Amino acid sequence: MKKSYEIEVDCAACAGKMEAAARKTEGVRDCIVDFMMQRMIVEFQDGADRAAVMENVRHNCRKAERDCEVFI
Amino acid sequence: MNRKQRIMLMRIIASALMMIGLHFIPAQGVLGFVLYMIPYLTVGYDILLKAVRGIIRGQVLDECFLMAAATAGAIALAIYEGSGDYTEAIAVMLFYQIGELFQSYAVGRSRRSITALMDIRPDYANVEDGGKLEKVDPDDVAIGSVIIVQPGEKVPIDGIVVSGSSSLDTSALTGESLPRDIHEGEEIISGSINMTSVLKVKTTKEFGESTVSRILDLVENASSRKSKSEDFISKFARIYTPAVCLGALLLALLPPSLNLISGNAAGWEAWIYRALTFLVISCPCALVISIPLSFFAGLGGASSAGVLVKGSNYLETLSKTKIVVFDKTGTLTEGTFEVSGIHHGTMPDDELLEYAALAESASSHPIAKSLQKAYGKPIDRSRVSSIEEISGSGITACVDGHPVACGNDRLMRQLGLGSIPCHSTGTVIHIAVDGAYAGHIVISDSIKPHSAEAVRELRAAGIERTVMLTGDTEKVAAEVARKLGIDEVHSELLPEDKVEKAEELIRTKPPKAKLAFVGDGINDAPVLGRADIGIAMGAMGSDAAIEAADVVLMDDDPLKIAKAIRISRKCLGIVYQNIVFAIGIKALCLILGAMGIADMWLAIFADVGVMVVAVLNAIRALFVKNL
Repeated sequence: MKKSYEIEVDCAACAGKMEAAARKTEGVRDCIVDFMMQRMIVEFQDGADRAAVMENVRHNCRKAERDCEVFI
Repeated sequence: MNRKQRIMLMRIIASALMMIGLHFIPAQGVLGFVLYMIPYLTVGYDILLKAVRGIIRGQVLDECFLMAAATAGAIALAIYEGSGDYTEAIAVMLFYQIGELFQSYAVGRSRRSITALMDIRPDYANVEDGGKLEKVDPDDVAIGSVIIVQPGEKVPIDGIVVSGSSSLDTSALTGESLPRDIHEGEEIISGSINMTSVLKVKTTKEFGESTVSRILDLVENASSRKSKSEDFISKFARIYTPAVCLGALLLALLPPSLNLISGNAAGWEAWIYRALTFLVISCPCALVISIPLSFFAGLGGASSAGVLVKGSNYLETLSKTKIVVFDKTGTLTEGTFEVSGIHHGTMPDDELLEYAALAESASSHPIAKSLQKAYGKPIDRSRVSSIEEISGSGITACVDGHPVACGNDRLMRQLGLGSIPCHSTGTVIHIAVDGAYAGHIVISDSIKPHSAEAVRELRAAGIERTVMLTGDTEKVAAEVARKLGIDEVHSELLPEDKVEKAEELIRTKPPKAKLAFVGDGINDAPVLGRADIGIAMGAMGSDAAIEAADVVLMDDDPLKIAKAIRISRKCLGIVYQNIVFAIGIKALCLILGAMGIADMWLAIFADVGVMVVAVLNAIRALFVKNL
């Protein structure tokens, strides 16, 4: 199950950090942060609670890069 | 500029003005320190805060920490040395922030202009409701509804024109600037702009299934399919910063220690200063931003030329293409058969054609269609009777009471008639009327006007080998290949043979040369998928093509193949320039910094300068008009 979310992030290196942080989040199989389109495409693991996972993704992204936003 | 950027600009200006002012105030000692800290904190407080936060979280190697360490270190060194010269540290912070601001502004600008280029999304559809036009969300329009498209509006949903005729601007879809005329009963494709008069359109698809949605989906996902160069850079960035920091640490500790051991003066100040210079160059920003930006601009430029590339990775593969394999019908030729000659007729040509068209009137075969088209008059079916199809041979029928036979030479033999073979290439239809041979009609598929030029341009673009695959007869295939200058022909292939042939070509090619397959996307889907890169032509309205191909040429023009390759080469050229340039300058600065030749001023100028040049260079990938 793949879903795309809008994000707001200022620098390309920070986008890379968000990607790494999101990938490590439980329930996320894979994640691609598209800096140019300001989007995050998250592939969830089967049976994952998407809303809960995304809260964690946002939290982890913020931890890695404070100046970022994920629009869930 | 957004609010964040405006605030940053104000901070930069304020800080720069203060620095100029301080230049004229001969403040020394503690007062001097306090005064200089004002512009420093004005421009860099957020960096310092982030650095502190990073330390608390144990993320020592982010660029904020590095900038903070470099500038704070330089200030500490100035205090220790008692020089009171804080200008350098503050300038480093100032220029770093200017660089960041420029980057965020430039990226924002190009993001907007590139997405505007691809902006074919219709905002609404007009539905007539009791004589009044009502604007509704295109998503809410059911199949079979009638929508009104006024001049100047985008066609929101695919459909058929039920009334009105107009000119369409399809440039956003195809890159073709010539307007296309559309009349009642014709198919209309969403995403084009109605130019001259009101059209009533009966929708044939839902919005989500319409051409415009499919294209948007494709274009918007393109930059998330990352290329090898992008992966390389993100991996490089991950090791670059720690490596430079380690270098800085070694530079600060090792040479002074060696000096101490060998009994010389340690020279801590000089070596720590050089280490701080290292930290200034340690941010990989120029690289990290310019590579995705180059690809994004390249994808945007390509789509403005009517070439949709499904991802940065495909743009990269396309640039390495050395072998181009074509499907013949529909790609190099029009794919519509036309009567190209009538020979050896025992009666006037149009009379022969009339007999043939009438005899074939019940058939839906492309050949029958082309006969009817060449005949050009409405067909009166009542004149034809006792139509009999002889499988693999042709048709016999009774036209106006005359027995007529139309088909290949086998049919003529079956009827005990001799036939005159034809010297021109194409499908030959022999005709017998009243039991006597009456001549033959040659039907051939005409070559597209730009095909020969397209093959020449491909060769000029560095394609080493061109191959044509076709199900057609050897004679026809060889003739087309000769006319177009194609190197290699494989003819009389069934669809599954084509896949096999394509696989064989992939197996036997040199591993670095990429193979592109160009097809019309209707019956080539398996081969499109199997090639290193599948290019579908004339995708307007063909869903299969958009699904299966990696690159979609929006119009039928084979010239666009060479253009697509040139666009990809330009884009990848820029990517490599940026990689080499940015890494090269950084390496140079590191060497000069370690030797004590480059000071912090040079380091920050080089760092910001590289980024500005790389970003501007990246935007160049957008300009593809004259390629």
